[in-house]
Amino acid sequence: MFQEFVQLVAYGIVLGSILSLGAIGLSLLFGILRFAHFAHGDVMTVGAYMALAFVAGLGLPLWAAFGLAIVGGAGLAIVIDQLVYRRLRRTAPVILLIASVGVALILRSLVQFIWGPDTQVFSQELEMPLRIAGIRLKPSQLNIVVGTIVLVVLLHLFLQRTRMGKAMRAMADNPDLARVVGIDTERVVVATWIIGAAFAVSAGIFLGVDTRLQPTMGWHVLLPIFAATILGGIGKPYGAIVGGMVVGIASELSTAAFPSVYKPAVAFALMVAMLIVRPTGLFGTPR
Amino acid sequence: MADLLSFAVFFLTLVGIYAVLALALNVQWGLTGLFNIGIAGFFAIGAYSSAILTTPPSAAHLGGFDLPIALGLAAGMVLSGVIALGIGIVTLRLREDYLAIATIGIAEIIRLVLKNEEWLTNGVRGIAGIPRPFEHLVGRGQDVIYLLIVGMAVVVVYLAIERGRQSPWGRVLRAMREREVAVMAAGKDIVRFRLESFVLGAAFMGLAGGLYAHFFSFISPEAFDPMYATFLVWVMLIAGGSGNNRGAILGTLVIWTIWAGTEFLTNLWVPAEYMTRAGSIRVMLVGALLLVILLVRPQGLLPESQFVAATTSRRRRGDGGAAATEEGGPQEP
Repeated sequence: MFQEFVQLVAYGIVLGSILSLGAIGLSLLFGILRFAHFAHGDVMTVGAYMALAFVAGLGLPLWAAFGLAIVGGAGLAIVIDQLVYRRLRRTAPVILLIASVGVALILRSLVQFIWGPDTQVFSQELEMPLRIAGIRLKPSQLNIVVGTIVLVVLLHLFLQRTRMGKAMRAMADNPDLARVVGIDTERVVVATWIIGAAFAVSAGIFLGVDTRLQPTMGWHVLLPIFAATILGGIGKPYGAIVGGMVVGIASELSTAAFPSVYKPAVAFALMVAMLIVRPTGLFGTPR
Repeated sequence: MADLLSFAVFFLTLVGIYAVLALALNVQWGLTGLFNIGIAGFFAIGAYSSAILTTPPSAAHLGGFDLPIALGLAAGMVLSGVIALGIGIVTLRLREDYLAIATIGIAEIIRLVLKNEEWLTNGVRGIAGIPRPFEHLVGRGQDVIYLLIVGMAVVVVYLAIERGRQSPWGRVLRAMREREVAVMAAGKDIVRFRLESFVLGAAFMGLAGGLYAHFFSFISPEAFDPMYATFLVWVMLIAGGSGNNRGAILGTLVIWTIWAGTEFLTNLWVPAEYMTRAGSIRVMLVGALLLVILLVRPQGLLPESQFVAATTSRRRRGDGGAAATEEGGPQEP
């Protein structure tokens, strides 16, 4: 019984790592651009498929494909921002939200057009699970958790130590004040897209490694990622990490009682509970 | 000739069903500014409720209860409305993004339940043998009668919403959309007005679902894919002109013609093995169309009448369009 519990928590940490990476990007983008980016899941999907193209098409090792896919995903995000979102920035945020739904649709069907609707995998090889203190985990799952920790530490250093990171936090706090003190807000926006897309691509690749690739993979985790974002307080990147872990672990634990297809429902229930009790999230400042 | 006629009847019936959805969304988004991207969920609730209540008893799913069709349609509307009430109570006092996220969530959960709870819905195999009205009339006559029923539903929903829009109730909705604080200052309970609008729209979406179920006589979870039932409706409303009920109907006609027309063309020219890829191009087209409309003509084909602008125009003209939209107006007139 206890053994099973610990095992599920371990799986939850793996899933939570993936959700956290998605939620961090969503939260940062919300903080800077003030809209819920509904294409975030599909950016994950595109990232995962780009990495697949480098692995399967060019025969590169996964870590190299990882780096290239991040560059590609960040480039794609900047292009979309310049083509679509930038022109709509002066309108109401909810118009940006609708536009992002259109972008999501285009990205998903683009993936389906290029790679087809069937599921694919990064590697056909069977992995032998490792046993650590009685917990079974595949080496790739361990890599996901370690990779996430590295990325989160890098994000922390970026936000706290660099000028751009400080500018970003300032702008999330108060955009008008940031502009007054001379922060180039358009540059901050571009930097936010780079980081948001890089984290989304990482989440997509990790999801692809942990399960399999499918054109709707990102769309289907969008709900748990939003739940994680809201749980942590929308606009708070550090809260997003905690939110991701809570949603991930709760979803995996729920499989002991409910069929595993209902994992998204658990995320949803957590989100609704949070909205009722404390809409600003665990780390949000109450208004 | 006969083929063409039956195609026209089929085409117009679907346009009518989608027009009900677009009108329903117009109450929520066009008039009130509520962002619902879980249309597929309410549509499915209406379809499944009516199907389960009106089919003859079956071992494959819950019921059926063999009740009259009108009762099935009404039950679908009520259930959709009740679910909307639940979501609304939790999210409508918060920022608009929360409602959007919550509607995605509820649509996703409804989809999962329909797919996995076989005792209730027969899972992916769907529910067959849903009765059609006037079934004793055979062949084309029955299709024409169904088209008339759907047409009547469109007219009734249109008149109801148009009436509501021009009433004091509708004025409060639109004023709220333009400037929430002013309406609050006038002593209106904005959460209650939003809730009424959201529930009304959801009930009409449920009605559209019921009409859909009784038209095809068969439903399965696949028919309630977010693509068809949610995004197409959004594009229809925005293309037609959100806030304008005639625009919603015109947008439905235009977008459905494009959607069905491109399907017709791909069926004609594209070899079977490339069919799914051609399908993705059609979806891409719809997505691109949405973005182009938002960038080039955000007010749609038939913009909302200047009624609201007349009450707020001084502010809008006074400090230029940008400031007015920043307050949260869904569109620039």
